[in-house]
Amino acid sequence: MPNYRVKKTDYVDQTNRISFKFDGKTYFGFKGDTLASALLSNGIHLVGRSFKYHRPRGIMTCGSEEPNAICQINPGTDLTEPNVRATEIELYEGLEASSQNCWPNVNFDIGGINNFISPFIPAGFYYKTFMWPKSFWKNIYEPLIRKSAGLGKSPTLPDPDLYDHKHIHCDILVIGGGISGIIAAKIAAKSGSNTILIDDKNTLGGSTIFQNNENFKINDEISKDWLFKEIEELKKLKNLTIKTRTSVAAYHSYNYLLAKENLTDHLSKNNKTSNIRQRLWKIRSNKVIIASGAIERPLVFNNNDRPGIILASSVNKYLNFYGVICGENNFVFTNNDSAYETALSLFEKGIQIKIIDIRKKTNSKIVKRVEKLGIDIYWNSTVTNTFGYRKLNSIEIMNLSEDGSNVIGKKIKAKCDCLAVSGGWTPMVHMHTQSGGKLNFRESDQVFLPKELDSEHISVGSCNGDFELDDIIKNTNEKVKSLLNLKETEFEKTYVSCTKELDKRNIWLLPNKITLGKTKSFIDFQNDSTAKDIKLALREGFRSIEHVKRYTTTGMATDQGKLSNMHALGIISETAGVKMGTLGTTTFRPPFTPLTFGAIVGRNVGQFFDITRRTSIHEWHIKNNAKFENVGQWKRPWYYPKENENMHQAVQRESKAARDSAGILDASTLGKIDIQGSDASEFLNRVYTNAWSKLAIGKCRYGLMLNEDGMVYDDGVTTRLGDNHFLMTTTTGGAANVLSKLEDYLQTEWPELDVFLTSVTDQYSTVSICGPNSKKILIKLFPSVNFNDDDFTHMSFKNSTINNINCRIMRISFTGELSYEINIEAKYGKSLWEKCIEAGKDFNITPYGTETMHLLRAEKGFIIVGQDTDGTMTPIDLQMDWIVSKKKYDFIGKRSLYRSDTIREDRKQLVGLLTEDPKEILEEGAQIVSNISKKPVEMLGHVTSSYFSPNLNKSIALAVVRNGKKMKGQKLLVPMENKNINVIVSDSIFLDKENKRLNA
Amino acid sequence: MNNKYSIFSLIKNAFTQHENWQQAWGNPEPKKEYDAVIVGGGGHGLATAYYLAKKHNMKNIAVVEKGWIGGGNTGRNTTIIRSNYLWDASAGLYDHALKIWENLSQELNYNVMFSQRGVMNLAHNLQDVRDLKRRTHANRLNGIDAVWLNTEEVKKFCPIINTSPDIRYPVLGGTLQRRAGTARHDAVAWGYARGADEMGVDIIQNCEVKGIKRSGDIIEGIETSKGFIKTKKVGVVAAGHSSVIANMAGLKLPLESKPLQALVSEPVKPIIDTVVMSNAVHAYVSQSDKGELVIGAGTDAYVSYTQRGSHDVVEGTLKAILELYPIFSRMKMLRQWGGIVDICPDASPIISKTSIKGLYFNCGWGTGGFKATPGSGDLFAHTIANDEPHKLNAAFNINRFVSGDLVDEHGAAAVAH
Amino acid sequence: MFIINCPYCGERDQSEFTAGGEAHIERPKQPTELSDDEWAEFLFMRKNIKGVQFERWNHAHGCRKWFNVVRDTTNDKIHAVYKMGEKPSID
Repeated sequence: MPNYRVKKTDYVDQTNRISFKFDGKTYFGFKGDTLASALLSNGIHLVGRSFKYHRPRGIMTCGSEEPNAICQINPGTDLTEPNVRATEIELYEGLEASSQNCWPNVNFDIGGINNFISPFIPAGFYYKTFMWPKSFWKNIYEPLIRKSAGLGKSPTLPDPDLYDHKHIHCDILVIGGGISGIIAAKIAAKSGSNTILIDDKNTLGGSTIFQNNENFKINDEISKDWLFKEIEELKKLKNLTIKTRTSVAAYHSYNYLLAKENLTDHLSKNNKTSNIRQRLWKIRSNKVIIASGAIERPLVFNNNDRPGIILASSVNKYLNFYGVICGENNFVFTNNDSAYETALSLFEKGIQIKIIDIRKKTNSKIVKRVEKLGIDIYWNSTVTNTFGYRKLNSIEIMNLSEDGSNVIGKKIKAKCDCLAVSGGWTPMVHMHTQSGGKLNFRESDQVFLPKELDSEHISVGSCNGDFELDDIIKNTNEKVKSLLNLKETEFEKTYVSCTKELDKRNIWLLPNKITLGKTKSFIDFQNDSTAKDIKLALREGFRSIEHVKRYTTTGMATDQGKLSNMHALGIISETAGVKMGTLGTTTFRPPFTPLTFGAIVGRNVGQFFDITRRTSIHEWHIKNNAKFENVGQWKRPWYYPKENENMHQAVQRESKAARDSAGILDASTLGKIDIQGSDASEFLNRVYTNAWSKLAIGKCRYGLMLNEDGMVYDDGVTTRLGDNHFLMTTTTGGAANVLSKLEDYLQTEWPELDVFLTSVTDQYSTVSICGPNSKKILIKLFPSVNFNDDDFTHMSFKNSTINNINCRIMRISFTGELSYEINIEAKYGKSLWEKCIEAGKDFNITPYGTETMHLLRAEKGFIIVGQDTDGTMTPIDLQMDWIVSKKKYDFIGKRSLYRSDTIREDRKQLVGLLTEDPKEILEEGAQIVSNISKKPVEMLGHVTSSYFSPNLNKSIALAVVRNGKKMKGQKLLVPMENKNINVIVSDSIFLDKENKRLNA
Repeated sequence: MNNKYSIFSLIKNAFTQHENWQQAWGNPEPKKEYDAVIVGGGGHGLATAYYLAKKHNMKNIAVVEKGWIGGGNTGRNTTIIRSNYLWDASAGLYDHALKIWENLSQELNYNVMFSQRGVMNLAHNLQDVRDLKRRTHANRLNGIDAVWLNTEEVKKFCPIINTSPDIRYPVLGGTLQRRAGTARHDAVAWGYARGADEMGVDIIQNCEVKGIKRSGDIIEGIETSKGFIKTKKVGVVAAGHSSVIANMAGLKLPLESKPLQALVSEPVKPIIDTVVMSNAVHAYVSQSDKGELVIGAGTDAYVSYTQRGSHDVVEGTLKAILELYPIFSRMKMLRQWGGIVDICPDASPIISKTSIKGLYFNCGWGTGGFKATPGSGDLFAHTIANDEPHKLNAAFNINRFVSGDLVDEHGAAAVAH
Repeated sequence: MFIINCPYCGERDQSEFTAGGEAHIERPKQPTELSDDEWAEFLFMRKNIKGVQFERWNHAHGCRKWFNVVRDTTNDKIHAVYKMGEKPSID
């Protein structure tokens, strides 16, 4: 196997060999490698295929901007992950990776045929075709298009890893651990600020840490050596937290940032000490210093996408950081001085290197040095074509015309297996703009720079447009000083000697002899959008950068345009004759790099998806085989099947027992609000539709609450405990909303009322016992209480104790049976319940769930808010006129009852429905009509509640029906998919209309 | 005359390296006067102009757009199209739109990639079941193709959903509308723009409305960043900015504008071939033709024009996604964004005349306007041209907030004993 | 997620609060004397301002107090916070 590793490496440990697999084949790398550097050291360049044309693609960068080298990690396992950048994943023992978007393999990919039909599929081609014949769209075209979707494969197994969240507050957050971030963090921490420094790599130092070049010296030391010492000092600082392998994903307003820390992605299975894979840091920082650096730009020329064409700075990093040589016959192709560092590095290692520079000539220090060493430079030249299908093998060079708009002279063809390209630098202003910051455009080197308005954050270093070493140190020092209001720092007198760039020339789209339409000059490499696509979009009238981006899909790949946006803008600007500064850039949206769903969600999965509220009696329900229903966040027993019973059988048994002898229900989940104050009864007058002032102490009353728009909102029984003291019950699901609504009125509309509200839902458990034998059970439980009907009337309460524990016994009924509810401090709930069961044994006391409770109340025609109402029903619609006070001047929602639509007589109204066949049970939600044959079918209403009543031995239903009040006795139809059910409109009270059972 | 788009024109143009395609729509300066001006160049506004020109023969009209066409909610939504609404009025409105969608690519000669992959709505509690069944029955009687699926059928239709009974809010069933699906959002705006432009409609971008000029209760024209435009009819289709325009005319609307967020994952090979919506746990997901999972998040609960919601909303949505699709835990969010949606108290739109003669509003679409685009444009055009609503949008008049005759599409309140 | 300076508790994350819409829309004292139009104005019609808006917030996961906030709806910057019944420090 070939080996492209140099002998000595600083950051790769060549004594620690690691084996890994790529596309099923085993290779070796070293600790400190990324997958990309390890592949390159094995001579592997071709790692993937592009999205549209399936062109062979190689590693192009060494960071998060990588568009091509994206892989499926650990394919076929529960640890698989699609679209992982080979340039970011650290090598570990046993890592498996495979190339994506190719079949049968990356070397021979059937999809490569798209490259040959590419003349027929320009940008946006799909908008123009696949329309004829129409039937082909659904059956042929669309499935074909959808089949070609995607790059990697979604996992298909649940994730075995955990993720978590951590909140942190700090004075100063520094984003980026390059030279400017390190200086900033050091100044901040030393000045006493609680500082956090974050970097996405596993080591600090950015690109300066491998800048091994005599031309860059700080205090007379080579820059990398100086920086190395600074980092060592930095690590000793007390009030500084350094987070490596951590990338800032989003910068929200008020300096709220999200950063993802990788905890185990770089470790082999055996070395993982934690099962937390990633941690999301939620950071609130007083000030933020952005030092996120810059990304090198590629150059746009014909066939600029072949494996072996790599950013110049990346070639330099692979060599100086990882010790990997990207090619034997190297060319640097540049428009600026920075790539000359790459040339020097290669030369010093004895590797063949030549330079192509689009500039006419320049005499900066570093260029002179290169010339002195005898490295060939092709001035005023450009690459016009490249060759080699799976790997670059040669290039074609031509001279540029005076104005750079054309090529002239003879073509020179040269052997080349690594073309190191550099089109200048793009400051990473993502964080600045995400925070809401605006940008300025600097014409000289065509970069967008942060325009700083507030003092919440600053940008330093190359993300602020400082590209020269001396400027970086000087300006970073100055800006951080002023941010922190410092007089002086240790960096005041730092002496820098470095080369300075003297000449610039930028050509966004390099010219060619061939017409543009026949070239492939890529801008967005992953999505295969080319310069001619941009021009086509402009020709077709797409003027805005956002339109061009969307039409050509430029900048929408997994690198989110990090490499492509500026070129797209540049070409639009040149073609449309609009200055780039006025054209503006596209919006940079979070996250900066793709963020794992799991990390965003953290621990809030599975059982922690939502809070589960259980009553104190819950365990008893489980032991007694209850099936549960989710009601809001509460778990409520739904029914208690005995052996072999299905739900229907269980509910029939429970319902019958409750009416024949005794039933017991856990009613603890109903909302309870304690209301106190001298105006408590006036308050109730205003929030309920009925009158409350005259309710005697010790008495209970049912109340109906409306929304201000007149629609029924909640209901429940309220008890007067004292002169100025009430206990309100609400529906289970509505409790929280009712409380906040009441607080709202109290605090904002009626501040003059002396009333205090306290939620006591969780403080009390409620056990409800109903049925003709309920009184006997209560007497057994509370022998000292007088349960005589004259003394303890319906809708009243008494205080008592059980085993010296205070209880409140209310005689209220939601079933129509004689019924008592016992409130007790929640911690005694289960014990009370068990005592009730024990006391009720002789009376076949039967626990029943929500389903039976619903059935029993339906027999009596009692409504359930939210089931029989849907936010469109007034109390009048519910035929509950009796509860709407005519005397009261006002209550919430009263005015709305008199609007032109709400006073209509023929609104939908709550009625009973009986099926012609008493055994037929209607489906809840089924619609009701009078005439099914007339189209369109007029729907009169729907079935809201429906049950088979074992006590009446027939099916019963509640329904809302248009003009239902006047329809009693009328025959209607409930049309089902396969039949129509005959029904008769009835009274909504099916059982014991005279309320005899209440006093049974 | 624009080029006709077809496979043949693509092949023909390939031989000239696509140098001869004409612009899809022009870039005119505003004229001094129009017969009608549509404010807002989103899908709804462009469709309105298209149908005004096509069906009502109003050719001297303009669409003015503050930014770039299709740049508002048209380009920021999750592209779900369905018509399985509860009330007759809504079902009529949205199914009218759906029927137009079914032939829209051919009508516009622009492939809007309308994909009838079906939309499934899941039920997670007993009241959900009642509500969704109620809706399904109503849909069936209204001629809308909706069916109820039990949990097994849900699993069969979309195998990656976690239908285990042990999850916090298990899937108890769902409804499926097979004719429903998605479309390519940008193409809708572009297709209508191209069609309108071809009939002579002026599409004026980068033109912001600064004021509404009226004489008494009659419209006289609009002040814009490109000068005054005289017109007797102004149709406002400005989504989240409707109130801003209304305030210029001295009107108040029953709207609140809030950020609605959405996000996409990195692209992956086909894994989910339908649209699944879950109101109870709040998660919508489908997969785009590029392979990205397209996920709809909720709105923030406060008024905001910032086009960026709070992170909590995204976290909450992905939480629900992982509850229903645990296999997506290792997927990655590629991009998130927000749009400003204008929400009516009854969660239904307004397509209506106003108290000012010649001023019309089409707004209040909340989180679900994209699906209605063609129908909304058609009906709004009718309303503007005839100064009278079409019977399909009569219920969506602004006066319903006075009479109380709301079209409440919130569904039943999630309250139960 | 912005920060709200609760007049009772101090600075807290916005996620602790719930919004209550536009401020200073007083519930009519005599609703029965209003026309349907006037009632609808109170019930539903809102300025929905793009820019500086006076609005109500509730410290729902804190002291449960309602208060007023002056917030720019275009950038979430908060210009003032004041208690119910108080006058804002700015216009």
